[in-house]
Amino acid sequence: MYVAVKGGTRAIDQAHRLLAKARRGDPAVPELGLDQIDHQLGLAVDRVMAEGSLYDRRLAALAIKQAAGDLVEAIFLLRAFRTTLVRFGASVPIDTAAMAVDRRISAAFKDLPGGQLLGATFDYTHRLLDFALAATAPSATERPDQAETPTGGAAAEPLSRVADLLGRDGLIEAAPAPGAAEVGDLTRDPLALPAGRDLRLQALARADEGFLLGLAYSTQRGFGASHPFAGEIRRGTVEVEFEPEELGFPVVIGEIAVTEVDMINQYAGSAETPPQFTRGYGLTFGHGERKAIAMALVDRALRARELGEPVTAPAQDEEFVLIHGDAVEASGFVQHLKLPHYVDFQAELDLLRRLRRDWPATPHGDPVGDPEMAVP
Amino acid sequence: MTDEIQSSADGRAAPGYSYGYLDAQTKRMVRRAVLKAVAIPGYQVAFASREMPLPYGWGTGALHITASLIGPDDVLKVIDQGADDTTNAVSIRRFFARTAGVRTTEATADATVIQTRHRVPERPLGPDQVLVYQVPIPEPLRWIEPREPECRRMHALEDYGALYVRLYEDIAHIGRIATSYNYPVMVNGRYVMSPSPIPKFDNPKLDRMPALQLFGAGRERRLYAVPPYTTVKSLDFEDHPFEVQHWETPCGLCGATDSFLDEVIVDDAGGRLYVCSDTDHCARRRAIRDGSATRAPWRDDTDGPEVA
Repeated sequence: MYVAVKGGTRAIDQAHRLLAKARRGDPAVPELGLDQIDHQLGLAVDRVMAEGSLYDRRLAALAIKQAAGDLVEAIFLLRAFRTTLVRFGASVPIDTAAMAVDRRISAAFKDLPGGQLLGATFDYTHRLLDFALAATAPSATERPDQAETPTGGAAAEPLSRVADLLGRDGLIEAAPAPGAAEVGDLTRDPLALPAGRDLRLQALARADEGFLLGLAYSTQRGFGASHPFAGEIRRGTVEVEFEPEELGFPVVIGEIAVTEVDMINQYAGSAETPPQFTRGYGLTFGHGERKAIAMALVDRALRARELGEPVTAPAQDEEFVLIHGDAVEASGFVQHLKLPHYVDFQAELDLLRRLRRDWPATPHGDPVGDPEMAVP
Repeated sequence: MTDEIQSSADGRAAPGYSYGYLDAQTKRMVRRAVLKAVAIPGYQVAFASREMPLPYGWGTGALHITASLIGPDDVLKVIDQGADDTTNAVSIRRFFARTAGVRTTEATADATVIQTRHRVPERPLGPDQVLVYQVPIPEPLRWIEPREPECRRMHALEDYGALYVRLYEDIAHIGRIATSYNYPVMVNGRYVMSPSPIPKFDNPKLDRMPALQLFGAGRERRLYAVPPYTTVKSLDFEDHPFEVQHWETPCGLCGATDSFLDEVIVDDAGGRLYVCSDTDHCARRRAIRDGSATRAPWRDDTDGPEVA
């Protein structure tokens, strides 16, 4: 039977009702609360906040609930909300050296001032399904009730950043000083290429984690090799300060959790610059270590041109990376293929019929005019 | 055209959001870009598109433009593939009915703003109308040169040779230009422009159209314009003039011989019916013929899911 791709008001309404039903699932199962999502699916909330570019755990949890766990859809929901918010200014740059650290590791030094602080991590877990969790009982192996929150010297006072320690000897390039240049805003001005590093980092911070992960991996396998060391990975909370014009001094407006990664890369130097380490930088909201590491690798790869390295690999290609990394844009455009295209398809169908009728093709150099495009 | 938050003339706009969804600052930004686009016909103006509550690739660029132009006195028509009742057209029409409280119509003649995807209405538009196109890829050179900075350079230098070579290669290889939709046009003798994926059948309608034509590409962050009565010429060669599709069969419903026809497969034996893609055009012709409008036989009059 004939099925027309014509819908209309009632079809959409019904589809929405079906969606709501599917989202809720079996009504006999208790409904998820936002606090449950926030506290028990916290890493999902972190990812949605990071790629949604909005630090609001409750709204991110709501988006995840509304999207039935589809994180890219949740990110889209959060972005579409964020874009309607009034922008009243920019914060003072956060100071990650002053971070209240709950995890800090360096793969470059065995020990360093403040020490290595493992914190909560999947890293050394054996990936064995813990069937005890299925029974909603406290796990025998995890014993969350016995966890010690970091105390004592390690986290009590600010930890110097590894890059700062290296920087004292000039072994690593200095980070650009805050306020040295006007920082662009990707969400308020169209991205022009080539983009400055400020806009690149903004784009990477919002970019799809999977896309960045694949690109970062490609640099490790020879597509734009950069020989990185994880100089430092730190995670914790930092204060956000804002300086209202009428006050003239900054006030703390809140606290956010971030993950920061400083990658250290070899650099041979140039006529102007002595040999030194260069940096790749990654930062995400919340706990986003995989994303932050991938971001740092791709950031460093994208600096190829600036550092006079040959641009040969996809990860070094600014336009390729920045234009294609956004999950909301990519998801929308890839899925727009679901929309009807039958006018264009009809036009192609006509052309194909003409070509088939004239097949085999007219000899080269003797083009034959086509008086009309007619449907046989 | 008004920016008051949450207040359309009749107060029907969605509470909690600005009139027409976008905030006033964003609308101002879009309007500035539109003015620049009108001043430089066919030139792609970069603008900072926002996330819209509809997905990228589903008409967000045109949504920006419509949201920035529309006011309580406007009458909006939205078509997709020429039809008012395709799901995406319904969805966008509802979006503006909800956020801007505007009146909507399916009648081309009654609309002040028409947002379209992939078609230009058959009925000629007037000087008091605005046609807003949804554009997926605004760059007509994209399939020749994927790099944006290089494309901009080519436009700046009017370096369109590669495009002509591409069209010529089609003629040399297969005897005709193998582009049947999204057929590139020269605007005002200066900029080559993508007319959006309309069939080339619609290209001649763009030329010297009395209505203002605006094109929005949200994901690609570009918008461009063809001001009223501007020359729009489809690229061709002297010995291979531009030509459009035409059908040997008239519309199976209204008998039109001069409109773009959709091919509908009506049975498993490959039976086909050709019908107007412009549903308003077809319905009006039938209304004139019969004295009353009728709908296509396979379309549900209740505007519901059409699964037969």
